[in-house]
Amino acid sequence: MQLNREELLKAYTGMCLIRNFEDRVHDEFAAGELPGFVHLYAGEEASAMGICMNLNDQDSIASTHRGHGHCIAKGCDVTAMMKELFGRKEGICGGKGGSMHIADLSKGMLGANGIVGGGPPLVCGAALSAKTKKTGNVSVCFLGDGASNQGTTAESINIASVLKLPAIFVVEDNGFAEATSSSYSVGGDIVKRGEAYGLHAEKVDGTDFFAIYQAAKEAVERARKGKGPTLLHIKINRIYAHYEGDALTYRLPEETEEIKKNRDPIKIFKKRVIESGLLESNQLNAIEEKTRKEVDQAVKDSKEADFPTEKDLLTDVYVKF
Amino acid sequence: MSEKTFRQALNEALLQEMKKDENVIVIGEDVAGGAGANGEQDAWGGPMGITKGLMPEFGRERVIDTPISESAIIGTAAGAALTGLRPVAELMFVDFFGVCFDQIFNQAAKFRYMFGGKAVTPLTIRTMYGGGLRAASQHSQCLYPIFTHIPGLKVVIPSNPYDAKGLLVQSIRDDDPVIFFENKTLYDDLGEVPDDLYTVPFGEANFTREGKDVTLISMGKTVQLCNQVADELKKEKISCTVLDLRTLSPLDEDSILEAAEETGRVVIVDESNPRCNIATDISALICDKAFSSLKAPIKMVTPPHTPVPFSPTLEDMYLPNETKVKNAIQVTLDN
Repeated sequence: MQLNREELLKAYTGMCLIRNFEDRVHDEFAAGELPGFVHLYAGEEASAMGICMNLNDQDSIASTHRGHGHCIAKGCDVTAMMKELFGRKEGICGGKGGSMHIADLSKGMLGANGIVGGGPPLVCGAALSAKTKKTGNVSVCFLGDGASNQGTTAESINIASVLKLPAIFVVEDNGFAEATSSSYSVGGDIVKRGEAYGLHAEKVDGTDFFAIYQAAKEAVERARKGKGPTLLHIKINRIYAHYEGDALTYRLPEETEEIKKNRDPIKIFKKRVIESGLLESNQLNAIEEKTRKEVDQAVKDSKEADFPTEKDLLTDVYVKF
Repeated sequence: MSEKTFRQALNEALLQEMKKDENVIVIGEDVAGGAGANGEQDAWGGPMGITKGLMPEFGRERVIDTPISESAIIGTAAGAALTGLRPVAELMFVDFFGVCFDQIFNQAAKFRYMFGGKAVTPLTIRTMYGGGLRAASQHSQCLYPIFTHIPGLKVVIPSNPYDAKGLLVQSIRDDDPVIFFENKTLYDDLGEVPDDLYTVPFGEANFTREGKDVTLISMGKTVQLCNQVADELKKEKISCTVLDLRTLSPLDEDSILEAAEETGRVVIVDESNPRCNIATDISALICDKAFSSLKAPIKMVTPPHTPVPFSPTLEDMYLPNETKVKNAIQVTLDN
């Protein structure tokens, strides 16, 4: 692995920021402070960071309803995101989008998406823009095991293959589509589905940041060179329930404990970089603390921020009408 | 200025805008036709020949034949619009929107609002609508009311070659997603169309006849029908105003109210099914804002609440026609 110290620190910072963000959102929701639906990404951080560290601001991603991690990894402002979750005017979408629609086009973040399977066609479009304008940019679609069963995904993988688009489909298979196990809902094999459409496809361990980073690096290179799309099937784990408020009764409590204990990508990363002497524990502990404080401040700022006004209700429907 | 068909007017709009702006691309099923085969490489130019000649001029990079995957086509166009291109996607028949509606109404239409005003989505979706070709229930519908219902979409429905070119150019240049409805029986209609590029603005209805007895409100193909009826009734000393809406979203409310107030008698002719359609919408608007100027109840000429039938005998009964419009006019005059 050719990651330098600075990159390793960036990876750990990003993963900790996501985890602290999600843990805090979990608490705020439980306390009744947050409106709406939220779906937490905790446990899946290695995927967002491992993929997005291979991208720049001109590359684009589309995300899912479980999108906070992707947004943070792609560089969205954490305070503006938190304000959005609190429905404030200074939120990243002016309080009009909420958790499921966070977007920052200047960072190449084309939106979390409330529709399962909504993102894959859009990513083909961003990849088509890159191909047509010959920018060399790539476009990544994060989707879940649930979306892997949507027709839009099949259509998009096919059209990406047919048009040789610089697109990457990252299937984050966290074991559950809502409350239904992917072992029940996914027929056949996700990697083979990609291969059947002519994509380079591979399975990657979602607890291993380094494996994800490497697979993404190769996929991005392939896309930039015009060698066509890739599918990565990342086997990953969701620590929290499908949505906040879901009692998680479809999974045994000991399974959740086992995930936290043995399959937490942040713990695994930390152990590995310390044992191999790449980073020291006090550095990592400091990052954990720093990112926690950053999230604390974001929550504080959000609670003090103004709500949108009646005027805001009617704006931004059209550019001109 | 020369006489051109509706088809030529649309083709010219696409050709000239693509020459002018390299970000304009055309994407859809068989927009060139012949991809991967050994025969003619621009074999179809779209199912109705609207995009014929574009692929030889601009190449397959800008005139993109796709698999039959409507969600992927529309979503690809929406994503491309969001990231700097100005795509014109073809959704062959509007009846097919059922397999890609999410990408239109949950994605493209809502980007700007959901993202707090940051997104610009200059997407045009061209589609065919309407009965008369004996194409039966899944290839004959109007369905424009469904799109008109969605905030964030603009809905355009030209009635003649001049408007077809000017409105399509405006659609391509517009920074919001536009659904552009082409009536499949109008493609060979002739009309004066300027050779140069021009636009017809959105939200400006067109008075095609001026009268004092009855106001006929129409859109797309029913404009022609209303004009014919107006011309015939003139011989019977009944003078009709005919209003061509041109765009359903935005809707030219001022012209509608003005037209209604002028005569106090209104007939709305809409080929879409009667529940929650454009006729009911306009009727509600007039009742809300110009009720006191009405001299008779508003009449609506629409098909019945049935799918579009196949048999020519049945389809002819289904569609609005001169007799139905004249009967409706007579009822308003008798009141």
